[in-house]
Amino acid sequence: MSTITEYPTAVGEAGAERREWPETMMPNRDPNRTKTVEIDSHSINFGPQHPAAHGVLRLILEMDGEVVERADPHIGLLHRGTEKLIEYKTYMQALPYFDRLDYVSPMCQEHTFALATEKLLGITAPERAQWIRTLFAEITRVLNHLLNITTYALDVGALTPSLWGFEEREKLMEFHEAASGARLHANYFRPGGVAKDLPAGLEEKIAAWAETFPKFIDDVATLLTGNRIWKQRTVDIGIMSPEMALAWGFSGPSLRASGVPWDLRRSQPYDKYAEVDFQVAVTRNGDCYDRYIVRMEEMRESVKIIKQCLAKMKPGPVKVQDRKFTPPKRAEMKRSMEALIHHFKLYTEGYHVPAGATYTATESPKGEFGVYLVSDGTNRPYRCKIRATGFSHLQAVEVMSRRHMLADAVAIIGSIDIVFGEVDR
Amino acid sequence: MAFLDRTARSFLLTELLVGMGLTLKYLFKPKVTINYPYERNPYSPRFKGEHALRRYPNGEERCIACKLCEAVCPALAITIEAEPRDDGSRRTTRYDIDMTKCIYCGLCEEACPVDAIVEGPNIAFATETREELMYNKDKLLANGDQWEPELAKRLELDAPYR
Repeated sequence: MSTITEYPTAVGEAGAERREWPETMMPNRDPNRTKTVEIDSHSINFGPQHPAAHGVLRLILEMDGEVVERADPHIGLLHRGTEKLIEYKTYMQALPYFDRLDYVSPMCQEHTFALATEKLLGITAPERAQWIRTLFAEITRVLNHLLNITTYALDVGALTPSLWGFEEREKLMEFHEAASGARLHANYFRPGGVAKDLPAGLEEKIAAWAETFPKFIDDVATLLTGNRIWKQRTVDIGIMSPEMALAWGFSGPSLRASGVPWDLRRSQPYDKYAEVDFQVAVTRNGDCYDRYIVRMEEMRESVKIIKQCLAKMKPGPVKVQDRKFTPPKRAEMKRSMEALIHHFKLYTEGYHVPAGATYTATESPKGEFGVYLVSDGTNRPYRCKIRATGFSHLQAVEVMSRRHMLADAVAIIGSIDIVFGEVDR
Repeated sequence: MAFLDRTARSFLLTELLVGMGLTLKYLFKPKVTINYPYERNPYSPRFKGEHALRRYPNGEERCIACKLCEAVCPALAITIEAEPRDDGSRRTTRYDIDMTKCIYCGLCEEACPVDAIVEGPNIAFATETREELMYNKDKLLANGDQWEPELAKRLELDAPYR
């Protein structure tokens, strides 16, 4: 007497059959031995207050015993109307909203918006600004992967990595704070460059950190990569074939774990990614374990990029020297009337962006983060559509967790790295 | 051979023991936690904390009511009303910041042409009621008086980059 309704077959799922469980796993089937009890499938609420739901995910799970028959993610609990709000802000005011989308990797979201605006304005950030942005985009990537891997391990029962990982995150957030003044919501990458130059001594600190960090990755790998408990919880869980991953709109580490070598830093380099040498980590199986492996390797590659950025960075201006787009230096503003007028114009009216539209995407730590920016020639965006990475990953929770145990659903949610600030926008 | 190796590793629990050895090693490392209310992590001169309104050394308030901060604030947290004072100089009659709306982006400080509104190093200003977070001009000036030595120092340190 099953109450499961038939749902249309999902994309890429054609021909998927209900798995037959071996007799040993279903001892109650023998009518002579025990009484057969049929259990109704029933729905349970996973979240929105569940600590393993990574924020405010409400997952309606239809269970057959302890097996997930259907997972239905309900989103919108963190909806703040960011896209609509941006339509009422100047380009300078719109930037802080991007920190607050994926609040685990703030600078990478700013990067996309800054690049989109620059494209519409037809300006290019100066060399040093591009190096700083590449550097901090990679620091943010490490920051994001550290949180993801360690909390993912926490979700499946390993406490230690998260305790260690937060120490490293603390060091990285100090770099964020030294550059921008805020540990998370930086408001640092601006259209036309970055807000301020790096303070003296910060580059040396980052270089010193980059020397010690690979040791830390090795330590976490010692705890997790070979660990039998970790492998039992993740290997062959939530497998996405390359075809399915593409059909469900996967990108970033989740797509590369399925064996598709697609990385926007490599395929359409922005800022200085064309000038740095790095490998794109790809694995074959597309299960939860591979998604972890890809993120670990990406952190190692990020450290390589950080070192190259520090080596190739030269002193110079950090924002476009056109006072129509970036504010003048304060000393100049206090002396020159023209600079003062520019200062007042920029902080009130902002700059007018020529009419046009652009879809600019960057490789954020979670995958392809895109901004579709439409300008009608005024000082505010006409429309700003945000392509959230986590959204397409979250919709695949349904196909990934079907016929898995309830505890595996937790591993799957952890492995796709969703953050609700971004999914709900 | 690979089979033997794998079986031996599996039975001897090597990876678990190596992991435990590593955690044991970490146990004897110097601790990284700090005693927060008495110690604090280092923070830079750019830190964006609680707001303050500054004064000139002679006690005159810096703010000239140009309303740039009000205009640039993305969260619309700042409200300013102004009129000429008795001596003819233009000053604010009302300067309110709704700290529950503020997103600490630092644009007000960037926009201010006279370094009047600044974001100081203070992070411990939690209150018991919501009303206490609606800062008015008196509160902001009091903040400025309280933190002035630090505020002046951080502005001086950050001056080459601004």
